[in-house]
Amino acid sequence: MMMSVYVRRRSVDVTSKILMGAATLVGVFFLFWILWTTLRFGLAGMHWDLFIKDTPPPGTNAFGLRNAFVGSLILLAVSLLIGIPVGLMGGTWLAEYGFRGPTANAVRFINDIMLSAPSIEIGLFVYAIMVAPMGHFSALSGSVALAILMIPIIVRTTDEMLSLVGSDMREAAIALGAPAWVVITKVTWKAARAGILTGILIGLARITGETAPLLFTVLNNQFFSGNLFHAMANVPVVIFQFALSPYANWQQMAWAAAFITILFVLALSLIARWFLGKVQVPK
Amino acid sequence: MSSDRPQGYSLASVAVPAKSHDVAEPVVACPLPVKIAARNINFYYGKFHAIKGVSLEISQNRVTAFIGPSGCGKSTLLRVFNRMYDLYPGQRVEGEVILDGENILTLKSIGPLRARIGMVFQKPTPFPMSIYENIAFGVRLYEKLPRSEMDDRVEHTLNKAGLWNEVKDKLSQSGLGLSGGQQQRLCIARALAVSPEVLLLDEPCSALDPISTAKIEELLFELKENWTVVIVTHNMQQAARSSDFTAFLLEGQLIEYQPTRKLFTTPSDPRTEAYITGRFG
Repeated sequence: MMMSVYVRRRSVDVTSKILMGAATLVGVFFLFWILWTTLRFGLAGMHWDLFIKDTPPPGTNAFGLRNAFVGSLILLAVSLLIGIPVGLMGGTWLAEYGFRGPTANAVRFINDIMLSAPSIEIGLFVYAIMVAPMGHFSALSGSVALAILMIPIIVRTTDEMLSLVGSDMREAAIALGAPAWVVITKVTWKAARAGILTGILIGLARITGETAPLLFTVLNNQFFSGNLFHAMANVPVVIFQFALSPYANWQQMAWAAAFITILFVLALSLIARWFLGKVQVPK
Repeated sequence: MSSDRPQGYSLASVAVPAKSHDVAEPVVACPLPVKIAARNINFYYGKFHAIKGVSLEISQNRVTAFIGPSGCGKSTLLRVFNRMYDLYPGQRVEGEVILDGENILTLKSIGPLRARIGMVFQKPTPFPMSIYENIAFGVRLYEKLPRSEMDDRVEHTLNKAGLWNEVKDKLSQSGLGLSGGQQQRLCIARALAVSPEVLLLDEPCSALDPISTAKIEELLFELKENWTVVIVTHNMQQAARSSDFTAFLLEGQLIEYQPTRKLFTTPSDPRTEAYITGRFG
């Protein structure tokens, strides 16, 4: 009787281990397949001209993505300029003022919905409120769309990381007579610094490859442009257009751009992990 | 150590110089100036009546201990003295707390009050910054000092807290890297740096090992030369060793308030006796 219990337990144990191992293998296999394909085609499309020349017109054999790289960096920078203050302040309000009250919990619920909002709808929304009234596509509207996608991530991580800071530390600062803004900026933000930075990096990684919202907002630009109020070249839309094009050099450039994007996101994730390792969880 | 005290307090000979009790002795005969007078304090957590009509006076330049079982209201009472309850919407207090003739419960501006009444918490709470900055943080809230004066202030307060010799070579290192006992002394130094008149300690040793505890208790004796100290402790030996007066609270009521030696040797209330002899709590 006892033996049969042990035999059954062992067989359940072995079976579940095999199933879990198989599931892991499937996941890792596809991940590496994606990486390998991107690496293979991406390396084939690598060319110095990608970084020093702008996207070539159709029908030429030239290479160039400079305007798209610069455009994407501008878009990301402006999104960060919009997203960090809003996200940081939103998350700070939730953790430092809203606590677990009904208003704060309602905001958290809506924020969680925004976390999984389809990005194409955000693009449509920004098209309606910015592009249509302005009458033309613009880099600024693209950055707004990306910022809207990033803000919920920053709000969420800031809220959670600040909540990890014990009330003891807050009370200690308040007991010294520090006003709330000093407690927040000098003590709790500092205590949660690594976690908050991680959230910002994760948000940045999330929006780096977003294409759908950009189609409605920045569109694309064959030429170099640093004007926030006009259409601007950017990596995701260039990948989208070039990959669908019939020209071999354009397709190669799309792979190269995808490869560089993956490297960028990978670097962000590694930095984020490094920061996360520095998060001091209070005992 | 004095022979008339119960054996349970023999640790006193380790932590406490005998003179400390000689200081406490004449207290009964000549009353000391009163630093804080609490009058008819009632405290509520929402609907829960946590402190029920407590009145007591805290003597200047003495160590006063609040003892009692968990939930008796001793920490709550302590947190009334620097109005910590203000942070939490559901908490409210009735009564008067007179600090040097002024009712602090009706003060509009609480910042200056908290500079006069420092507080140290159960868990050491160094801020996520260097040891130096931990001390300077509080000072900067009230004074704009040139670097050299700030250096002096940091050294002076770390000395007062008995920590200077251990940290003088690593002032720029994080306060979080110190041991628990050092962290707690850093927190005491931080509280002293803003030149308070009263120091509230809320179970300051409950997270510390015996040696660190002994150091903090020694510190209490030095602190009372300049400061009025109120300490909450669930450790009766600690109260017996290190305080001049002891208040015993039970279920939100002040049961007995006496010179420490008297409370621990000849308590007048049977409930006090039951508690200090370990029959409950």
